[in-house]
Formats: sequence, structure tokens, C-alpha cells
Amino acid sequence: MAELSAKTPCAGLLPVSAGGVTLSEVDAGVLTSLSPRRGRAEALGKALDASVGAKLPEVNRATGEAGSRVIWFGQGQYLLMGPDPAAALGAEAAVTDQSDAWAVVRLDGVAAEDVLARLVPLDLRAQSFAVGHTARSMLGHMSVSITRTDPDTFQIMAFRSMAKTLVHEIETAMKGVAARGAG
Amino acid sequence: MRITCPVCGERDRREFYYVGDAVALQRPDPDASDVVWDDYVHNRDNPAGVTRDLWYHEGGCGAWIVVTRNTITHEVLGTELASDVKEASA
Amino acid sequence: MRIDGKGLVDRSKRVIFSFDGQSVEGFAGDTVASALLANDVKLVARSFKYHRPRGVMGAGSEEANALVTVGRGAAQDPNVRATVQEVFDGLEVHSQNRWPSLEFDILAANDFVSPFLGAGFYYKTFMWPKAFWEKIYEPVIRRAAGLGALSKQHNPDSYERAFAFCDLLVIGAGPSGLMAALTAGRAGADVILADEDALMGGRLNGDGGEVDGMSGAAWAAQAVAELASLPNVRLMPRTAVTGAYDQGTYGALERVSHHLGNAGGRPKECFWRIVAKRSILCAGAIERPIAFENNDRPGIMTASAVRTYVNRYGVAPGKAVTVFTNNDSGHQTARELIAAGVHVAMVVDSRRDAPESGDYPLVKGAEVCNAGGRKALESITYRAMSGEEKVATDCLAVSGGWNPTVHLTCHMNGRPVWREDIQSFVPVAGMIPGMDTAGACQGTFSTHGALSEGAAAAGTALAALGLAAGAAEVPVAEDTPYRLSPLWAVGGHGRAWLDFQNDVTVKDVKQAAKENFRSVEHMKRYTTQGMSPDQGKNSNIGALAVLADATGRGIPETGTTTYRPPFVPVSIAAMGAGAQGAGFAPQRFTTSHTASVAAGAPMIEAGLWYRPSYFPAAGETTWRQSCDREVNMVRQAVGICDVSTLGKIDIQGPDAAEFLDFVYTNMFSTLKVGRVRYGLMLREDGTVMDDGTTARWGQDHFVMTTTTAAAGPVMRHLEYVAQCLRPELDVSLMSTTEQWAQFAVTGPKSRELLNTLVDQEIDGESFPFMACGEISVSGVKGRLFRISFSGEHAYEIAVPARYGESLYRQMVAKAEALGGGAYGMEALNVLRIEKGFITHSEIHGRTTAFDIGMGRMVSAKKDCVGKTMSERPGLNGDEREQLVGLKPLGPVKQLTAGAHLFEAGADPTRENAQGYTTSVGFSPTLESFLGLAFLRNGRARHGEEVMMVDHLRGVSTRCEVCDPVFFDPEGGRVRG
Repeated sequence: MAELSAKTPCAGLLPVSAGGVTLSEVDAGVLTSLSPRRGRAEALGKALDASVGAKLPEVNRATGEAGSRVIWFGQGQYLLMGPDPAAALGAEAAVTDQSDAWAVVRLDGVAAEDVLARLVPLDLRAQSFAVGHTARSMLGHMSVSITRTDPDTFQIMAFRSMAKTLVHEIETAMKGVAARGAG
Repeated sequence: MRITCPVCGERDRREFYYVGDAVALQRPDPDASDVVWDDYVHNRDNPAGVTRDLWYHEGGCGAWIVVTRNTITHEVLGTELASDVKEASA
Repeated sequence: MRIDGKGLVDRSKRVIFSFDGQSVEGFAGDTVASALLANDVKLVARSFKYHRPRGVMGAGSEEANALVTVGRGAAQDPNVRATVQEVFDGLEVHSQNRWPSLEFDILAANDFVSPFLGAGFYYKTFMWPKAFWEKIYEPVIRRAAGLGALSKQHNPDSYERAFAFCDLLVIGAGPSGLMAALTAGRAGADVILADEDALMGGRLNGDGGEVDGMSGAAWAAQAVAELASLPNVRLMPRTAVTGAYDQGTYGALERVSHHLGNAGGRPKECFWRIVAKRSILCAGAIERPIAFENNDRPGIMTASAVRTYVNRYGVAPGKAVTVFTNNDSGHQTARELIAAGVHVAMVVDSRRDAPESGDYPLVKGAEVCNAGGRKALESITYRAMSGEEKVATDCLAVSGGWNPTVHLTCHMNGRPVWREDIQSFVPVAGMIPGMDTAGACQGTFSTHGALSEGAAAAGTALAALGLAAGAAEVPVAEDTPYRLSPLWAVGGHGRAWLDFQNDVTVKDVKQAAKENFRSVEHMKRYTTQGMSPDQGKNSNIGALAVLADATGRGIPETGTTTYRPPFVPVSIAAMGAGAQGAGFAPQRFTTSHTASVAAGAPMIEAGLWYRPSYFPAAGETTWRQSCDREVNMVRQAVGICDVSTLGKIDIQGPDAAEFLDFVYTNMFSTLKVGRVRYGLMLREDGTVMDDGTTARWGQDHFVMTTTTAAAGPVMRHLEYVAQCLRPELDVSLMSTTEQWAQFAVTGPKSRELLNTLVDQEIDGESFPFMACGEISVSGVKGRLFRISFSGEHAYEIAVPARYGESLYRQMVAKAEALGGGAYGMEALNVLRIEKGFITHSEIHGRTTAFDIGMGRMVSAKKDCVGKTMSERPGLNGDEREQLVGLKPLGPVKQLTAGAHLFEAGADPTRENAQGYTTSVGFSPTLESFLGLAFLRNGRARHGEEVMMVDHLRGVSTRCEVCDPVFFDPEGGRVRG
């Protein structure tokens, strides 16, 4: 019998640091995409609450915390991060395992906003993108999900196959910002 | 250029994929005449002024949206979810 | 020459740089221009066409003369304005457009044959013989005329792009901009203040007046300090706003490290996209020259530039300065020169009613009509009622009035209006939605006026933003009225320059008018006036005034040319920042990438993906050897190939089956759970869009496979159908391409191999051809599909991507033990050609289901996307080019893709073409080249001989037309 060994999307690429900002890989656990059936968003919210104690977020918002989080993930789409999805969710939503589909990284540091300003066409300053805010957008040419999880921390998700480009883009921006910060 | 996605809010145009005239929503009956189908698939107006076209928020939430805008002033006059427009016309 | 006790430069910080190899001393805060003037260097450049000696003309980004090259080697930066480049230790500056040296420039001979080089000279002169233009005339002209040169090497500098957002963008930090930013900042608005200068303050730093009882520069410094202390205000010095775009988007170029000897990893420049709810343009105004004979001599400058050198840099641009003016600006310069202890030899004012002054000699109602001294100004000649008089001088300060910097207001096609009292154009409200204007850029030239308008514009912006403005206290400052009498060009016979940068004279503009290039846009293109790096900032108004005069029209009637972005030159490197090299496009890697590279496989790009081409074995020296071996291996044993790049879409919901019936030409609602079906998708115009297999995973759950190339477009198309055409269907679409690492296990020994891996053994009964189901590999749940793209007994196995590499390595090892191994794209291609399977080489966007022999797959029982249009006349029938196979017949055995087909014996010309080849490969199985092709009425022509002709590669091959399925047409092997 074969034994399969696992490899994370950013294996060998992270962590990297520059100018007080650190980019590291996150093991977010099980990732489950939930797309409520027609008219069943509310029912999905209840089932989610009942099964894993998580709340269905509004558009552009995330609920929960590290280890158990629900992120608004697009039109009619949510991503449950952490807990195993309960079977009951299948009655209300299309449930798809995406645990291996995304490279999940976190960007920590006071200058994280400045780093992302080089890459993402969104106003990610705390005044307009607070903790618990999330967005689907672009990072360079890549489709990403960005969530502010802590005052100086962003969670960024990109396609697994693009992990190397994701790290390259963010690291390049980090170095540029760090050099400017050096005064 | 900025477009307000009815789901996500105002976003940079680079998140959107442009398709063309929103006439695409009005798919004719399969038995409609050749002329009707020809108009639907091939013939497009090119107005100087207000147009309605279809954009896809590919670099965002994935919604197809109908954007009403002015080709002279570049003003974006309004945006709606394509599914809402389609269902309202059904 | 430095003036003791004057200027804002830091006299305690000495800076040494070089100009054309000569060491030059300056101070921190100097520009190259100010430091050169401080060292009495007058000659700094040669002009574009005539190679005329030129000196510094202005003190800002509009500089027309003093263009230099900074740095050397790969990183050299041509056409840098010496008035903008800040000095630092070790800075290397070179003059340009001269040979062998700035002092002695051979092409200055152009200046003496200038009568032949006027407007349109090359259109008229270099007409014959025609062939000479490209080979001789143009290269020679290009060498003779021009500015700086690129190194033609890869630029090693880094550039950056960035996005910024604010409620209010204030463009320009002169008196109106500072006042606007202070008013809005104090009210708590989210403000960005951008200014192209390193030192904010605009004219307050260059002029000598007072604000609020202190020097203008001190007041500016105080304002900047207050703004810097406000958390809601972001200051962006060295940042020129270059363009105004739709919906409040602005482009801006920040010079990040041009002023640093050691960039320390900083980018050279950053190109900003600033999104602002409101903006206030406080761009100031540019002083215009007056045209007269030889008005381009080194030492002739604008009057405001002379003030700037005195007040800001503590530099006297001359020992005996003369002034030529038609307004009060020239007098201000004279007063401030005298206050700084610089000798003013004479002020020539064209106005008879010029203000009197006892401080300097003044000639009223006179005009400067010539200037002497070739490499440096030695004298001027003025013409008064009493006749002509020559005055010795080494610097002439000229003021022809002021042109408001309206540029940005015009970027969305708005047109400025003429104001007779100031003899210039000003913006009208609403030219850029959300933009207000204040100060000199709208024709208000006094400091007090600028300050009050800045405060008022901020009030307007704050109100629009829903914020309350505090009571604006406008500081006390001069409020002198602006008086001028128009004077554009002084009469005379010699050449009088309008556009210094492109060497366009009054004569050229007049000649254009004479030759009927009367429209200002035509005059511009005929003379090249306004087409140089300064984009006519110094010359547009003057040139159109001369044109208006020459054509007997008024200036407003003549109109202006169109102001377009960028306001200042922007390097391509800055605009394309981040998009070079790896930033050009994301790279997508499969989980088997490392293993494939380790096996020596050359990787080829497939869209954004990288896939192995072939796996060279020991002793193999050509790709064909590897490919042939891999094909045989698959046909005889087992091969492993990573197919993760194919698009995978999970389609779920109660209406999933109905949805698929609508997007595919064939039926999917009849597919049984646990089975897979090949599907064909059309565009609405009846052309084939994509093909692939779709598995029914559950009653309401399908798993679709797309081709690698069409994965993105198909997902977009499915979302389009779901949202725009059939929103009533309850279906959800989810790409799972990234979730699964999927591998083809292909060949007669494929099941044997799989059974050493999977937890539950499979057999022909549990997994017949076109079956699918869940399996597990040492407890890891995966998906198994019995499908084949080679005609062999084959499977595709998918596991969560984290296990992809591990599974791949183990499968390749097991395959090798069974006499097989990994195979790449080349072998995959040959295997599918042998079976006549299509790819996007065949479904290339012009072929129909009928053409590829799948006409019957368009179900008659239902509607689907593309069905109606696929039935159009012309898309079906004998006249269509249909998919066939080709086998070489004669001594030439080679087939090439993209070649054309002709009837045997026909002339191989376009009108005889019968079709073309799409895919070819050498089949080691059949020991022959095989080709797939489209041939007119091809299906009825099997057995016929045709000629394949590849005009590009020079190949002609006799071929037999046959069925596209070359190998195992009965399909026995796949069921194996």
C-alpha cells in the first residue's frame, strides 16, 4: 500500500520578512465552499450556526476567528475555514471541498497596508477596510481573497498553482516598501 | 475608470471583463427567424451616447452585470445584476 | 555665482557632481541647473534640429532647453530636465545631442544652412528617389536631429506601481494648494497633497514676497509642517499628477530615488493610480517667453526663473541682468535682483505706461529685438521710438505674461476658454467631474488671490464630501493686480524662437499658415511645434497667437491644440512597473513540476501553466527519440501524465442536469450516476467552443472537464449562461481545478498499476469504460475516471493537490517497474493524433460540429447554446472543409502543420487551396507521419490523393486522404 505525503502550497517559499513585515503560510485547515441553493441562504446560516457555531457573513465581511472562520467569497459564495462541514449543510448549499485549492498566506506588520497598496487596486486602509472586512479582488494579475484578520494582519488567498508568483509579487513589494522606510 | 459592482461596490475597471451589448440577455426563441437570430448574434449599434453593456466581475465576485454608461462623457449611469435584469424581463 | 545669505539650499552640505566629466560643486537642495548657474556654466545643451547652443531657460518641470543625460551605461537616463534633477555626491551628468563635444558640435553646421531646414523641409526635400527615404534620408536625419539616447541595454533599475485613495486630492502645493490642503486637512478630510517639486511651496519659494508677516518660503514650510502633523493628510512630494481619468482616477509619477546616490533598494520611480472623490487643481502658471531674433541664447531666461534662482537657490544668473517684459512680473524680478545685490543693467518694458521706478534704468514702450553672443549672452539690442540701442548683459529675464497650467482640466476632452484681460486660456467649471480649480491655474495671479481661492475651493470640496469647513483665515499677502499688454513676437527678419525644444520659429508658423495649414492642429503637425518633451508648455500660446495673426483670426477663434496626458514625461518603465519578467503573467505550476524538472523534462508553456514536453532517457539525443519511446511505452505498458491543468468544474444543484443539456449539444440529463460522457459545447454563433468529458457524480452533481486552454473561458461562459440566459435554474458552479491533482494512467497495464495503489481493488465490472467513482489511496479520498485520450485502456486519478507530488512520484516508479514511465506533451499529442482526437488545433474557433464529424451530437430533442445558428446554411454541407486524416504516399514522408492542401496536379496557389493541416506527428505505432486536416468535402474523399504544400517551410508531400482515426478504429483497446 502506498503512503501519500502531503505538501503545502508554499512549501519552501515562506516565511519571508522585510521592513518589519512578514509573509508566512497559514494552515487554515479544511476549506469548504458553500453556495446556498436558491432562496436558502438564511437556512444555510442557521445550519452553519447550529453545526459549527459560525455565522454567515454579509457581503464583503468575514465572521469568526482563526481556526473557525467564514468568509464571504463571491456572489452567492462563502468559504468555511477550519471546521469540517456538517453533512446537514448539503441540504441548503452546494458544498465543495477546496482545502487544497488555495495558497493561504498572512501578511503581518505595520507597513502591510503599504505593501498591498503596490499590488491591489483597493483601498485597504483601516478606515475603509477594518478587521473583519474581506474582498475578492486582484493582486497583480491574480484573483485573490483578502481579509483583514487583525489590525496589522491580512489573510491573502490565491490559487494554489500560483503560490510562487504570489510570494514573488508580495516579496518584491515588501522589499520596495522596506527600502523606502529605511529613510 | 471605476465601475460600481452591485455586489461588491465601486471597483477599478481592471477587475472587470468587458463583453459587449447587453442585448445578449435577450436570447431569441430557437424557432425565431434567421433575421432575428442574425440581429441577436451579429448586429450591434455603436451609439455616441448612452449604451448598456455586459461586464463580468471576473476579478471580483463573479457577477455578470449590466452597465449603463455614456460613451461620450464616459459617465457610468448605473449598474444592475444581469440576473435581475433577465428575470425582470422574463 | 552664489549670493551670500540668500537661498533655501543647505550651505553646510556641499555636494560634488560632474557635468561632461568636469567636477561641479553645489549644495544640498540644488538642482543641476541651479548648481551649473552658480558655477557660471551657461552652455548646457544643443538644440534639437539646428544644434544651437542653449542654456537654462526656466526653473521648473516645463524646462525646454536644459535637457541632460543622467548616469551612464545601462541605467543612463536621457532627456532629464536639469531644472528638476536634484544634485547628490557622485551624480554624473552629460550634455546630449552634440558631437564631439558641447563646446564644439560639428552638426552646428545645420544652423548655418537653416534656410533649407524650415517647416516641412523633409517632406519637400527628401522625396526622390523613393527608396532612399528608408535607407538613407531617414537614418541620417534621425542621427542629426534628436535629444538624448537610450543605452539600448536592459534597464537594471526597478520601478514600482501603487494605488492610493483619498477624499480630496490637491494637485500642486503652491499658495493655493497649501491653503486648500490646510483648510480640508483641518476639517478632518482624507487628503492627499501631491507636488512635483521636492520642496513644497511652489512660487512662495521662488518669489520674494511675504505671507502672514514672514517670508513666503517660511510660511510654506510652516504650512507643510502642520500638514505633516495631521494624520488625515498624506504629503506626496516629487510626485507629478500626470493625468485625470474617468471616475476620479488620477495618474501620478513619483520620482522616488532619482535624487539619491545610493538608492538602497528603492525603486527609481513609482507610478501611482490615485482615486479621489474630489480634487482641487492648484497647478499654478507658466511664464511665457517673447519671440525675438536670437531669443534662444544661453543666458536668456524667464523672469520668474531668474527670481527663483536668486531667492530659492541663492544664485545670481548673471552679473549684469537685463529685463524684457510686457507686464509687472519683469519689474518684480528687477526689484528682487536689486534687493539681493545683483546689478540690473536695464529694464525694457513694451508698455508705454509701464510703472516708474527709480531703482533701475527703465525704457518704456520698447522691445528687445536681438541678442548677441553665441555660447553665452553678451548683449541685447532694443528698439525704441528713438532707434535701436545695444546693451551689454549676460542674463536677460523675459516675461511675456503667464499661462495658467490648465492641462489636467482638459484631459477628459474639455476645452478651456480665452480670457482677454490676461491674454490666456482658463478652465471652465466641470471640465473634470469632481475637480475644482484655484489660484494661478485659473488666472488668479496674486498670492492673496491664490490663498483665498485655495481656501474657497476646499470649502466647496468639503461641502460636497459632507464635511463642515472651519472658518478659513486667509493670511495676509500681496494682492497686486495683473496688468499686461499682449506681445507675442517682436518684428524682425531673423529667426525668433517659439518652441525652443523642437526648434520652431515664428517664420515656421507663418510659413505653415501661408501653405494653408491654418488649423492649429495642422500647424502643430506640420511644424512640430508643441510635439517635444515639454509638449509646448512654453510655446503653445505664443505659437497660436502668431498663427492667429498670420491667418487674420482672433486667438479664441484659432483655439488650442488638445492637451493630453501625461503632464510631464513618464517613462515606459514606470507605466509598466511590475510587469517585467516574472511580473508579466502569473506562472502556474502543477504538483508534479519539481519531479518533471528533476527528470530533465523541458517545460513548455500551456497558457499560464508549465507542462513537460518529453522525458529524455539515457542515450536519447533528440526529442523525437524520447517521444517515440514514450508513445510505444503507453501502447505496450503504461504511462503516467499530469493532466491537472485541464479545467475541472463542479456543477451542483437540482437543475444541474437541465443546465448541462443547455450548454452541451448532447444530452446529459440521461447520463447515469457513476458514468462519464463526452460533451461538445458551441458558441451561440454555432462554432465549437470546447469539448471534454463530464461525469455524473451524484443526481445533482456533475464534474465537468474542460481543455487546458479553455478552462477560464468555459467557466466564464457557464457563469454567463447561469446568470444571463437561465437565471431561473438553481445551479452552482465551482472551479475545482486547483483542488485536485489529476493524472492520466494510460496503457494496457494501467489497471495493474492502479491496483497496487488504491485501497479497494478495481476491475472491469466496478470500473468499465466511461465509469467514474470515488476511490481512496491509503485512506486519502480521491476521484477515479475511466476515460482515455489515447485510445488505450486508461484512467484519470485525482487526489487532493497536497498529495499530488507524492502520488505522482510513486506512480512513475511503479510504471517504470512495469516497463512504462512518465510521458509528456509530445507523446500525448502523437497518441491522440493516432486516434483522431481533436484539440484546439482543430476546434480553433472557425469549425463547426459538422466539420469535425460530430454533427449528430447536436441533439434534435432540445435547445442548446449555438444550436439554431449551427443549422444555418453555409455551416453544413459539401462545401465545408471537413476533418480528415492524411498519410504520406510518395518519397517525401514529412507532414507539417499549417500547410495547405491541393488537388494532385493543381497549381499550389491560393485560389486552388482545398484545405489545410492542423496537427501532425510521427506515429511510431504505424511507422508513418500522420496528419489531421480540414479538406473541402473531405469525408467523401477518403482514398483520394492530395498534395500538401507548405510554402513557408518549402515542403511538398503527396498524401492519401483517410479517416481521421488511424489506429484501432474499432476501439477494442480502450475497453481492454
